Amino acid sequence: MAHGTSTATKPNSAWRGGVEPYKASYGKLMMWFFLVSDAFTFSTLLVVYGTLRFSSPTEWANPENVFTHVPILTEFFNMHPPLAFVGLMTFILIGSSVTMVLGVEAGHRMDKKTVEKYFILTIIGGIMFVSCQAYEWYNFIVGTPHGSIHLVEAPNVQIERHSADTANAKGPVILVESHGHTVKMVVDSVQDSVNLKGLVGTYQEDHSVRIMNGKHEGWYITKENVTALKTHPENVVKDVKGATLTINEYSQNPSFANLFFFITGFHGSHVASGVLLNYIIFMQVKRGVMHRRGHYEMVEKVGLYWHFVDLVWVFVFTFFYLI
Amino acid sequence: MSTQEHGAHGGHGHDDGHAHLTGPAQRRRIWMVFWIMFAITAVEFVIAFVMLRGMTRNVLFIGMTLVKAFYIVAEFMHLKHETRNLILTILVPLVFVIWLIIALLVEGTWYGDPWFFGSVAAASEEL
Repeated sequence: MAHGTSTATKPNSAWRGGVEPYKASYGKLMMWFFLVSDAFTFSTLLVVYGTLRFSSPTEWANPENVFTHVPILTEFFNMHPPLAFVGLMTFILIGSSVTMVLGVEAGHRMDKKTVEKYFILTIIGGIMFVSCQAYEWYNFIVGTPHGSIHLVEAPNVQIERHSADTANAKGPVILVESHGHTVKMVVDSVQDSVNLKGLVGTYQEDHSVRIMNGKHEGWYITKENVTALKTHPENVVKDVKGATLTINEYSQNPSFANLFFFITGFHGSHVASGVLLNYIIFMQVKRGVMHRRGHYEMVEKVGLYWHFVDLVWVFVFTFFYLI
Repeated sequence: MSTQEHGAHGGHGHDDGHAHLTGPAQRRRIWMVFWIMFAITAVEFVIAFVMLRGMTRNVLFIGMTLVKAFYIVAEFMHLKHETRNLILTILVPLVFVIWLIIALLVEGTWYGDPWFFGSVAAASEEL
């Protein structure tokens, strides 16, 4: 074997052992390697999301119309600010990342009290994030108050832009462009016919339907015409409320809800396990284990995991909610 | 394993030779990075509501996300202050992610295409 070449290796060669590769400890290096593997997993999920979204045979959902719940503002003031809550979640998670890195910095100085303080803040941030995610899931699963309608086949919908009186329907159904409750008036009546196949509309308080995705997002089908829509022989529509893994009221493509649950759920479970790990290490810090060891490197290692969780959220936030 | 040696080394893998900040200066830097991240996120929100959906908007979002990712990995996770070889070991394998993105977006979006399935009805049944 190699006995003939052993004299050729230098005395301080790394192969002789006792040297840290990359000048990083074993634990830290392994945490980095684990994070790279986890990054591959999350990247795969997000790339699959992109693939299914851009190859979707029906219209996808518009996240600005779906994620509009904010605690207290929605329940008591009926406000639906789009993406506001998700922005708050991002802020919470980035904030908890900052408190984590401040805790790591305190650990470098062996400042036990400060490490404990920042650990508590980080754990609170993590618990707040998971609670927010649970709120999001609840509202996503329950859906809008009156549900929505899937326009599976709706080939001959006429657009009438000028008339406020849409009871005079010419054709199967009439799609009306309106802002709030006033219909936009134009001089010439242009009668187009569109196919609403693949779109989704949400039932409003007055039983009209507001189209939620696609080219005609924001257009209304008035109450009378919803009935006409449902009874016309050429049309195929379906009332849906809430979201499950197989059908959801936000898009005719079940993958939208599917991927929402999977991606945010997978990330959320990482946040939850991160909170648990943080708590365990916090208790160790409190008991003085790190101080006795002479270094706070364990704090740094779980800090790496926590920052990774934040990093993934930054990407999920961009690709799921913004784009 | 070699857990006893960790105490002796002190676990400070980055102490040698790298002029990185300590104490109040480091804390200032950490808060600076936080405000940068906050500002970028705020700009992302403004763009989300002001700009029309399209390729420019998406490119901006992805660009800003990559900037945020750089700050998290380099500063919060301290990678910028590790040895060069560790930085490469972590970042170079991400080229596989780039490959996956290109492969799936170029080759994978036939999935709902009626040309491939012969009819749109057949395509939606596949779901």
